[in-house]
Order: sequence, then C-alpha cells, then structure tokens
Amino acid sequence: MTSLRLSEVFDQHSETMRSKSFPGRLENLEKISDFIVQAAKEAGLDDSATYAVQLAVDEAATNIIEHAYRGTNQGIIICSYDVLKDGIKIVLKDQGKPFDPQAVPEPNIKVPLEDLKPRGLGLYMMRKVMDDIRFEFSPKHGNTLTMFKRKKKSLNLTKSG
Amino acid sequence: MEITTTAFKRCVVLKTSGRIDGSNAPEFRAALKEITDDGVFNIVLDMADVNFMASAGWWVLIDTQKTCQHLNRGELVLASVLKSIQNSLSLVGMLTYFKIFDDVTSAVGSF
Repeated sequence: MTSLRLSEVFDQHSETMRSKSFPGRLENLEKISDFIVQAAKEAGLDDSATYAVQLAVDEAATNIIEHAYRGTNQGIIICSYDVLKDGIKIVLKDQGKPFDPQAVPEPNIKVPLEDLKPRGLGLYMMRKVMDDIRFEFSPKHGNTLTMFKRKKKSLNLTKSG
Repeated sequence: MEITTTAFKRCVVLKTSGRIDGSNAPEFRAALKEITDDGVFNIVLDMADVNFMASAGWWVLIDTQKTCQHLNRGELVLASVLKSIQNSLSLVGMLTYFKIFDDVTSAVGSF
C-alpha cells in the first residue's frame, strides 16, 4: 500500500486549509453541514463518502453544542478542512468542557429493541463512518477533534486487463 | 420542518423532507407521538425527500418503534430510504430494527 499512514495524514498540511466559525447552536447544524459537504466535494469524495463526512461532522458538532457547551447556546465551533492527496482532513475546535471519549460507552447494538439505550450512538457512528478520528484537549486550545476520510481509489487504477 | 400525515385504513403515513438532526428532532418526535397517542401503531415513514438523518433522528425512530411494537400492536416501517442513509444505518448494525420498503405503496400494503 503506497498511501500515507493515518498518523502521517494528521501531521500533513497543504496550503489550502480553510476555516469557518459557527456559533454553537443547533440551528447552525445545517450551515455546518453545507460547509462540509462543499469541502467533501472539493476533495473529490463520492456521494457515499460525502454523506459519511456530513454525518460525522453533524454528530461531532451536536456533541459540542449539547455537551461541551452544555446547551447554553454560547461558544463557537471552528470548522476547518484540508484537501489532501488521499482524502480530506477535518478539524473541529471548541472552547467548551473537556471531552473524554473514553467516558462514553459504546452502545450495545446487538440487543432486543427494548434494551437499546440512547447513549453514545453519535460517537459510535463517527468512528464507524470515518477512517480515523482523534480527540485532543489542552487548556489553551480547548477541544480539538481531527478526522480523516479517505478517498476511494478510482477503479481504472486497480483494474487489470 | 414540514410534516404531513395521511391516514389509511390500516396505517398512517408520515412524510417529511430535508434534514432530521438535533435541531428538529424534538418536533419530529412530537409528530410521531401524536400518532401513537391516538392509538395508531402501524406507521409508514416516507423518507423519499429526507436527505440526512443524524443519530438524534434515529433515536426518535427507535423510541417510536419501541412504542409501536409493544404488545405486538404494530410496527414503524420506512419507505424510500436514500442509499447513503441506509448505508449509515447498516454500518452501525441497526438496520435489523426497521423494515425498509422501496416505495410507500408497498409499505402501506404490508399492513
């Protein structure tokens, strides 16, 4: 495999990192989605990968608004993306309560319907649909979530004969 | 959020459009609750014009499904679900909780 390892992707930067700030309110989720769908298209992702990125960012932004900013309707989400050779890197930053992904239990999906519990599904979806996600917190910079979605290789590169 | 409901002999069809996310999930929940509060537990959700469904929306559907299937009195089924939405549900292993029909007519006919 010639593509970059994910750890390398996280440290990689192009000249095209773009950012936009959004007030941390649920009614802005659609604007955040529009921004990121545009980014995914720019990066050349197909429809399915674009939806995956949209879903992951929506879940992340919802968590920031409801948990990091505790639903106060205050605080800013800075959404950035970087179009890389292999896909797209997305960074979400907030100054809310430190987020500890370890504290969120993975939802138990293989249970009868009546036992399904509404917790942790958003984070679980993010992990499932993205190729990698990383959470960091520092008192100075707040929460930083970095996600990467790989672009599907075009078929004619792998086809033989 | 625009929501329309149509009553058939054996079920109610609820149709909405656009995005279902954390901002409008409460409204979506209220519309479904209105149906089950009326004692109707056979529900078709027409998703032909829904282009995005976040986990907040799935929880509304899971809770509604719990209410509908309680005592085997009914079921919530989905119709015309966008491929990407189906894929996301399949990825997290939750496709088993909902029957999905290609169109509203076959969904209504299933009751």
